[in-house]
Amino acid sequence: MSSRETAMDLAVRRPGRSPSAGRRSLVFALGCVGVLALGVVLTRTVENPYIFFAGYVVIQYVAVATGWNVLGGYAGYINFGPTAFYGVGVYTAAFLVKAMGAPLPVSIAAAGAAGALLGLAMGWMTLRVQGVYFAIATIALVVMAETVVHNIDYLGGASGLALMPPQAPAWAGGQPQFMLMVMLAIAVAFVAAARWIEISAMGRALRALKASEVAAECAGVPTFRLKLIACAISGAMLAIAGAPYVYYASFIEPGTAFSLALSLNAIAMPLIGGKRSWVGPVLGALLLATVQQAASVTISSELNILVVGVVLIAFVAVAPDGIVGIVEKLTGRRGA
Amino acid sequence: MSEPILAVTGVEQRFGPFRALGPVDLVLHRGERLGIIGPNGSGKTTLINCISGTLRPQQGRVVFDGVDVTDAPPHRRARMGLSRSFQIPKPFTGMTVLENLLVPIDQICPSGDAEDRAFAVLESVGLLRRADHEAAGLSQLELRKLELARALVVQPKVLVADEAMAGLSEGEIDDVLAILTHLSATGIAVIMIEHIMHAVMRFSTRIVCLETGRVIADAAPEAVAADPLVQKVYFGEQTRH
Repeated sequence: MSSRETAMDLAVRRPGRSPSAGRRSLVFALGCVGVLALGVVLTRTVENPYIFFAGYVVIQYVAVATGWNVLGGYAGYINFGPTAFYGVGVYTAAFLVKAMGAPLPVSIAAAGAAGALLGLAMGWMTLRVQGVYFAIATIALVVMAETVVHNIDYLGGASGLALMPPQAPAWAGGQPQFMLMVMLAIAVAFVAAARWIEISAMGRALRALKASEVAAECAGVPTFRLKLIACAISGAMLAIAGAPYVYYASFIEPGTAFSLALSLNAIAMPLIGGKRSWVGPVLGALLLATVQQAASVTISSELNILVVGVVLIAFVAVAPDGIVGIVEKLTGRRGA
Repeated sequence: MSEPILAVTGVEQRFGPFRALGPVDLVLHRGERLGIIGPNGSGKTTLINCISGTLRPQQGRVVFDGVDVTDAPPHRRARMGLSRSFQIPKPFTGMTVLENLLVPIDQICPSGDAEDRAFAVLESVGLLRRADHEAAGLSQLELRKLELARALVVQPKVLVADEAMAGLSEGEIDDVLAILTHLSATGIAVIMIEHIMHAVMRFSTRIVCLETGRVIADAAPEAVAADPLVQKVYFGEQTRH
């Protein structure tokens, strides 16, 4: 009955897992390794570099959607300003590249720290605002972050910033190939982390507070601390997803780093895939981002955002539990 | 007598200019079975919210198990052994019935045999065959049982049952009473808030009656039932019982 609780306490307390849970985790781990191996093979064999640029965007969305879902899906707190975090990640990396030519791992770590701090600030807001009001308050985060960047000349202000990021290591076979591998590794790590949260006691506590904060609190869940942790993790993930963009694009501007389209996608993808499990954001991101990439090449770059809107409306109306929900209904079981 | 497990002194709760409760003094001894009665709006649930920590009273202190918990959040009180059920069931939807019970176990008394303990409690309240069902799909009756099961699965020192029997049939009331009586026999103090008079009279060793936020009676069941003031404010409007 210690009064001190930490994130580890919350996460580690996992009562007797059934043998099949261990087997599922093994299959999942093998799947992660398989995806990474596939990435290595593709970057060695595919010739057309466009594939890597487009693939980077799609995989980045897997990371962004997964990061968003830790708070939005598991805890039920809808963050309408994921680009605030993404943009902070982009500009943290940009600052470090400009100031000291920082290598990618340094930028990623710093972006994660900055995103976690901003996440804590967002978590503190949950003390005062919930539901729709929380969502509105998170929109303000984007405006605030973007305004700050606009007013810092060192970061290029509103007109943007051209940078000379460190080049990819020679073994990677080129910058686009390297960036794709980096983003793939980040996405796989995020999905693994999200799955771990989901099956741990922390995930159960998050679902409990999503259902009823007061009942969760009375069942011993330190709801405020848990919300802070979820906000920090989600914020760190979103910011980390933004950091490599500087190395990918070499030119950044506030309009891209804080784009509304990215916010919309980050929310739409888990909704379309299904918010309850890690599978949902992955499916939603792969599906939607691929369609968008295809649409922006074959039809028009403006139309792809319309695609998101139409698909989102269709899912909210017909399948509120997303693709995962449809599959569960068809197979008659709840997955974990 | 030994130190009480729960002591409420001078607790007062106002909502704006309206004083919903207090000042109220209340003592609960270890292993005691206390019934709290009173008409609708008399402050029963407000008192329970002050005890469990979901409300922070403007005045007074709450001492639980020798520790002043007036400023402690509900989860800390829960971890100290203070459990409650809600009058309007608040199931953890999106989870199975079994997982609903694992949440408090995770937080309060994690152990390797958590699932076994949860199953045992589910069996004792008659929810065993619903263990793998989604909590949102339960009937109102089953939700009340789940509410109780979730509160008692952690073997608390004090269990507060807020109208756990409302809407239950006579047979089911007997079942719940048997569960609560068994709990009490293991040393757990139980506070029962109830409108079903015969149940609360049968169960309690002592009864407190609230009226407009004040304690108007605090005595053995027979004495409270015979109290003219209690009869006037409470039984007077409950002629059907």
